Amino acid sequence: MGFDTAYEAISEEADAGHRWAFGTGFADPLAGVDTTLPDGVDGADLGAYCLMLGDDALIMSHRLQQWLARAPELEEETALANIALDLLGQARLLLARAGTADGTGRGEDDYAFGRLEREFRNVRLAEVADADFGGLIARLLVFSTWRLALLAALRGSRDPVLAAVAARGVSEVAYHRDYAAQWAVRLAGGTDYSRGRIEAGLAAVAPLTAELFADSDVERRLIAAEVAADPGGLRSEFEAVIGVALAEEDLAWPDVPPLTGVAGQAGRDGIHTEAMGYLLAELQSLARALPGATW
Amino acid sequence: MVTEPEGRTAPPQASRKHCERAGSTVSVLALAREISESVPDPELPMLTLADLGILRDVSADGERVIVSLTPTYSGCPALAEMRRDLSLRLAAAGLDAEVRTVLSPAWSSDWISAAGRRKLAAAGIAPPQPAPPRGGPVPLALAPVRRDVTCPHCGAPGAQQTAPFSATACKALYRCAACSEPFEYVKEI
Repeated sequence: MGFDTAYEAISEEADAGHRWAFGTGFADPLAGVDTTLPDGVDGADLGAYCLMLGDDALIMSHRLQQWLARAPELEEETALANIALDLLGQARLLLARAGTADGTGRGEDDYAFGRLEREFRNVRLAEVADADFGGLIARLLVFSTWRLALLAALRGSRDPVLAAVAARGVSEVAYHRDYAAQWAVRLAGGTDYSRGRIEAGLAAVAPLTAELFADSDVERRLIAAEVAADPGGLRSEFEAVIGVALAEEDLAWPDVPPLTGVAGQAGRDGIHTEAMGYLLAELQSLARALPGATW
Repeated sequence: MVTEPEGRTAPPQASRKHCERAGSTVSVLALAREISESVPDPELPMLTLADLGILRDVSADGERVIVSLTPTYSGCPALAEMRRDLSLRLAAAGLDAEVRTVLSPAWSSDWISAAGRRKLAAAGIAPPQPAPPRGGPVPLALAPVRRDVTCPHCGAPGAQQTAPFSATACKALYRCAACSEPFEYVKEI
C-alpha cells in the first residue's frame, strides 16, 4: 500500500486495530461525561474561565517538557516529565470543557493549536523560561502552591465537570508542590552556589506573583455564581505555605515590585511577555504546518 | 472471568462463542462485564480494569451496553488505550456498546483490588498504602514521605525511596535496604 505522506502511514485511518505507538490515541477526554451547564451559569463565562485554568496548565506543561533531555539527573527528568504529563492531562480536560461550555464546539486541539498569542489566557508565570534548575524549582514551587490552593477551592464548584477535574488535580499537584518544596530546601541548604541559584530563582518569579491573585470580570461573575474560586482569597494560603518552605532554610521572599502589564492588562487579558511568542511557535509549529494531522 | 490474555492483541476467542447465547439483557450484560473486567492495563499488564478499580459500571441503555470507566491520573495515556482495547473487544463479541468516562469521584489507589495487589507484588511492584483523606487542606511535606514499604523481591521491610516519580504517573522508585534491589511502588492517591 502507498501513502502520500509519512503522516498518512501512521494515522488512525491507516491503522487496522493497532496503532504504531502506544499512547497516540487522543480520544475526547470528556467522552460520555454529562457537560450540561448548571442553572444560571453563563456558558461563555465558564468557557473563558476553563481556558484560563487550562492555558495555565498547557503552557506550564510545555515549559517543563523543554527540560527533557536537559535535566541534571535522570530522576529529575522523570519527575519533570511526570509533572508535565499531569498538567497536560488537566489542560486537555479543561480545554475540552471550554468547548462544551462556550457553545462553539471547539475541541482541545482547536484551542491549543489554533489560537493566537492574544487569545491565550494563562498567567505570565506559566510562560517564562527558566534560567537554570534553581529558577525552575522556584517557579514550580510558586506555580504548584498557587494551583493547589486554586484547585482545592474549586472542588466545591457548582460546575460538576470543573469540580471533578479539580478534585483529581489536587492529588496530582500535591505531589508537584512537595517535589518543588523539597528541592528548594535542598538547594538552599546546600552550597553557597546552590543557595544563590534558588535565591535568584525566587527573585525572578516574585514579580510575577501579584498577577496570580488579581481577578477579572469573568471571574467575578462566576464567583457570584459559585463556579469560580476567588483569586484574592488564595493569597493567605499561598503565603503560609511558601513561608513554611522558605523558613526551613531561612530563605527570604524577595522584596521586588510586581511586573506591570500593559495599560493594566496581563496574562488573563491575553497580554503576555516576549517569551510567549517563541513558546507558541514551537508548540504550534507542527499543527500549523500540517493542519489536522493525526498520528 | 475469561482467561487473561497475554497482551493487548486480539480479543479472546471465547467471547465470540458467548455472544451466540447473548439473547437476553442479563446475558448481554454478563458478557459485557466479563469482557470489560478482563481488559489489561497496557502499562501494568498484570492488572485488568477490574483489578485496577477503574471499571465503574456496566449497564444497559435499551439495546445498548454502556461501560463506564474512571481515569486514574488526568494525563495517563493508558486510559485511551484501555478504552480502545475495550471497545474493540466488545465490538468483536457482537455487542452494541459505548464506553463512557466518569470523572467523579476521582479514582483512588484504594480501589485496586486485593487480587490486583497480589499480582503487583508478584510482578515485583509494591502495592500502594492507604490513600490520604480527601477534601480538607493538603499538608506540605518538606522531606521525602516515609512509607513502610515491603520489598516485593525479598519481603524485607524498610525500603527507601530513591525518587518520588517513576516511568509512569502512578509510581515512585524504591530500593530495598536488605537485598539492594530497586523496585517500583504504586503511589497512594
